[in-house]
Amino acid sequence: MIRQWFKSGTPWIWLNAGAVSIALVAVFGLLLLILFRGMSHFWPADVEAFHYQNDQKAVTIIAEVIESETVPVESLHSIENTHGDEHGNVTRYLVKTGNRDILGSDFRWMYDIDLVKREKPENLMALERIEWGNFYGYLTSVHEKDKEGNEQLIASEDEAWPEFIRRLHLSNDIREQILQLEQGDIGSINYQLERIRLKEKRLQMDDALTDGAAKGIAEKRKQLKLEYDVLLKQTQKLYQQINRDSIKATVMDGSEVTIPLEKIVKAWQPNKMSVPNKLGFYMHTLWSFITDDPREANTEGGIFPAIFGTVMMVILMAILVTPFGVIAAVYLREYAKQGALIRIIRIAVNNLAGVPSIVYGVFGLGFFVYFLGGNIDALFFPEALPAPTFGTPGLMWSSLTLALLTLPVVIVATEEGLSRIPKSLREGSLGLGATKAETLWRVVLPMASPAIMTGLILAVARAAGEVAPLMLVGVVKLAPSLPLDGNFPFMHLDRKFMHLGFHIYDVGFQSPNVEAARPLVYATSFLLVVVIVTLNLTAINLRNRLREKYRALDG
Amino acid sequence: MTESLATKIDPSLLSASPGSDDAEACMDVHNLNLFYGEAQALTDISFQMKKNRVTAFIGPSGCGKSTLLRCFNRMNDLVDSVRVEGEIMLDGKNIYAPDIDVTSLRQSVGMVFQKPNPFPMSIFENVAYGLRLQGINKRRLLEEKVEWALKGSALWEEVKDRLDESALGLSGGQQQRLVIARAIAIEPEILLLDEPASALDPISTLKIEELIYELKSQYTILIVTHNMQQAARVSDETAFMYMGEMIEFGKTNQIFTNPAKKQTEDYITGRYG
Repeated sequence: MIRQWFKSGTPWIWLNAGAVSIALVAVFGLLLLILFRGMSHFWPADVEAFHYQNDQKAVTIIAEVIESETVPVESLHSIENTHGDEHGNVTRYLVKTGNRDILGSDFRWMYDIDLVKREKPENLMALERIEWGNFYGYLTSVHEKDKEGNEQLIASEDEAWPEFIRRLHLSNDIREQILQLEQGDIGSINYQLERIRLKEKRLQMDDALTDGAAKGIAEKRKQLKLEYDVLLKQTQKLYQQINRDSIKATVMDGSEVTIPLEKIVKAWQPNKMSVPNKLGFYMHTLWSFITDDPREANTEGGIFPAIFGTVMMVILMAILVTPFGVIAAVYLREYAKQGALIRIIRIAVNNLAGVPSIVYGVFGLGFFVYFLGGNIDALFFPEALPAPTFGTPGLMWSSLTLALLTLPVVIVATEEGLSRIPKSLREGSLGLGATKAETLWRVVLPMASPAIMTGLILAVARAAGEVAPLMLVGVVKLAPSLPLDGNFPFMHLDRKFMHLGFHIYDVGFQSPNVEAARPLVYATSFLLVVVIVTLNLTAINLRNRLREKYRALDG
Repeated sequence: MTESLATKIDPSLLSASPGSDDAEACMDVHNLNLFYGEAQALTDISFQMKKNRVTAFIGPSGCGKSTLLRCFNRMNDLVDSVRVEGEIMLDGKNIYAPDIDVTSLRQSVGMVFQKPNPFPMSIFENVAYGLRLQGINKRRLLEEKVEWALKGSALWEEVKDRLDESALGLSGGQQQRLVIARAIAIEPEILLLDEPASALDPISTLKIEELIYELKSQYTILIVTHNMQQAARVSDETAFMYMGEMIEFGKTNQIFTNPAKKQTEDYITGRYG
């Protein structure tokens, strides 16, 4: 009976199904874990007030509860004179108190010893700030600086909150404008001034600086300076406007602080918000996470530059690796004489896929950055020296290094695709008077395009996740500008950029505020997975369309 | 002798081929020998192909018919180990001379293979392929030529409304006629047909044979077939091959009713092959 069961192959089927299930559970479990831990970070949690009272004093702590656990009393060395509850345990809470400028740290552990009351005050206010992290407290009043610079009370009590929110929106708008002026317009002028300086230096080096040219340059400089002055005046006016408002708030120990509105990004009253409100807030926070620039050493703010840098680099790498890989595969299969040498080359190409990626990084640094980049600088950008243009890690070299890393994958996939094309089609084309090259270009390669896409998909999947080589050839913790902007030549291949994978490493291990960083690590990981999946799905969609078009001959 | 065969042949066809003696020579083969490495596949082949006539090669499997056919447009060059000795004269020039441009040779000598091999493109693009290779890219001109070629291969009526659909959606017989259209679109002098109807059903086969009869007036046709009745129906002259040698070459009439060599007679009457 058992033998029959074995013979029919049923245990084998169960084993296979089990293996597949485990794989699926592992993958989805992983995704759900990082999804949950990451995305819960953005939910506006309730903020509570903990009231402690013992013989000596009464203390109130206002904080957001992150975690709570129950521990036996014996394990707490710092607490004396306590027996805990009936089981001999105390509960301790990891809370976020915010107010790092006042308290010194965002997070702390607290115990339920002497805990008298926990409540959620309705009027509690939470602020997201430009520096020093979140703030928790009670809004007292709204103030405005008048023309002489004196503080005037605008609103207090019940009118304070709506007035505060209204002015906060205005100040956020002004901040946007300032950003646009400073980074966009003034940045553009600075860029142009730099180019003029380099041009002048170039002419000087070539001894070609005629009087006419020098005058032209001086003219341009003057014109730019004028534009700059105008923009500067505009920004100064905006700064004045944004500095006008401030609020006073009470913190948990009862003292009052003043917070200027220009330092506040967002304000909300967590205990007053209904679920739809919170949902809206959540969406909004998520959106700004994806589209904003990072703040405070990457522990606050958004990760847009990292997303942009990752996608940009992957696209550039795809553009570089596809022609190389396809041409190499075509040569190996179609043109080269099939002998011992070709087999050795093929073995070498396949082994290239096994080289550790950090080795590629070192190679990229030594060959691309120092050798090639150094020579390019000497030939084309001598006026900028000693500051390197291409002789330093950057976007171009990163993409090139990763293209080299994924080259074997593309070659193998393309070769595979080329070998599937029936000889009859090639003969048909040749019989009509086409040369081998024309046959390849018009018939064979289009038919092999699904296979080439497969190679590209695998290459993108591999490259988007590689971090180690990038650390050596172009990724930085914080990049001052994006590699793509409005200034000619628009795509700056010599700039350093930010990368999601590196961002995870940096935030997780290099940040000064570990507790604040942890949920960000999960959130960024999840986002990285989403970006890669999106890239892959796009490529797969493209490949399916190509497959339909070039369906193999039946029969 | 071979009465049964003779009755299958349409008598009007037999007498319709005018004194083929006065047709001019088109391709002249002199002492052609072909080797795959050390093994000899064709031994000392010599004959003359007549212009605007259909010449058929018959013989048992493996006798070298297809190999010989592929010599005429140098498709055997694609095999690495091939070595050819002898001459094939086309319009007075040896096509195996080293200075011959093979691609323009192939534009004068078109080929249709045993299994239809349309490209995975639209019907229009398939027929226009050879034209585009020659640099003709103007849409109007291409449309004219494609229509002409499709009419010439008796496919126009069936596909004129769906020229932009994939060629792979056609039936086997239609695909073969498409491939013929593709071949005649570039107006070659000679058409080489390698068992063109062997993969098709009888109705399609008949259509192809009728087509060959029509095409004869414009092209010189060389057809390889293992179907003797087909050879008898369709060709003006027939060559019987065996083991790489051309045993007999002559008018179809004569080969099938009164062959000179015993081997030919044995094959025709079905004693082997």
